[in-house]
Amino acid sequence: MEFQFASLSEFWAMKGHGPYVWFCYALVLSTLVYLIDAPRRRHHQYLKQQQRLKVAQAHINKSPEN
Amino acid sequence: MAWQWFYRLGSPRWFYEKTERWIPWLATLTALLLITGTVWALGFAPADAKQGNSYRIIYIHVPASFLALAGYYVMAVAGAIGLIWKMKLADMVMKSAAPIGAALTFVALFTGAVWGKPTWGAWWVWDARITSMLVLFFLYLGVIALQGAYQHQATADKASAILALVGTVNIPIIYKSVDWWYTLHQPATLKLTSASSIHPSMLYPLLLMIAGFYCFYALALMFYTRAEIVQRERRTAWVNDLVEGVK
Repeated sequence: MEFQFASLSEFWAMKGHGPYVWFCYALVLSTLVYLIDAPRRRHHQYLKQQQRLKVAQAHINKSPEN
Repeated sequence: MAWQWFYRLGSPRWFYEKTERWIPWLATLTALLLITGTVWALGFAPADAKQGNSYRIIYIHVPASFLALAGYYVMAVAGAIGLIWKMKLADMVMKSAAPIGAALTFVALFTGAVWGKPTWGAWWVWDARITSMLVLFFLYLGVIALQGAYQHQATADKASAILALVGTVNIPIIYKSVDWWYTLHQPATLKLTSASSIHPSMLYPLLLMIAGFYCFYALALMFYTRAEIVQRERRTAWVNDLVEGVK
């Protein structure tokens, strides 16, 4: 098994097919990153928001009007 | 006794705690498979005799299409389990499968279009395979839309499960489209029952990428489901403990 291209610039150009190939790989990479990052961020933000709500609720419960 | 695992699997807490431990391993395996597969596919697999280098798109197009279809089964089966056994976790998995499936179907369609340009001379043709994949994309979007359309989660789950189940009729159509109709899309490269029409030097990286995409799918599904679990189980004591511990 050997590297199929004579130089890095040939690898980049892929005999004219470079733009098609590289564009597709970039699209896939960004989609995969998004599919991992989006749920993780939502997860964390939700827990944070619940935490803030809890703190606010504790303040209300402690206030003298109650 | 034998059914205990099934009920345990239906417990969101059990799933949440187990996946916490599985994720690092699965993420490492996914990264290894995808990185090795990509380097092999882009640099070391030989160029195609007819299509030249543009065929390298197959290494992401085919795995994405596989998972777009397999993901639909996951969504429909989870929806059926949720409908029949009222299993909470199954409903969450169904909802989580929709955005991942939609994204992968989009990727399959888009990379197909970009591959089509240098190969067929057209970005898009209303070919049976491509059109049925577009229908799959709309089915996924339909489930996402239904999830957001109801005030009550239980109603949304029921409606989207029914749509997911009805939509399964499209899956065999997609598989068989290249045989049933005269299409521009090339016939299947990988076959279970006979020899594949691809040389081993091109096949191995493809198998690596498919395995990598399967692992990636499982990983993404875990992340989406975990985010869904903390929202739907917010009133339970164990999620409350999580909330207190979050930094």
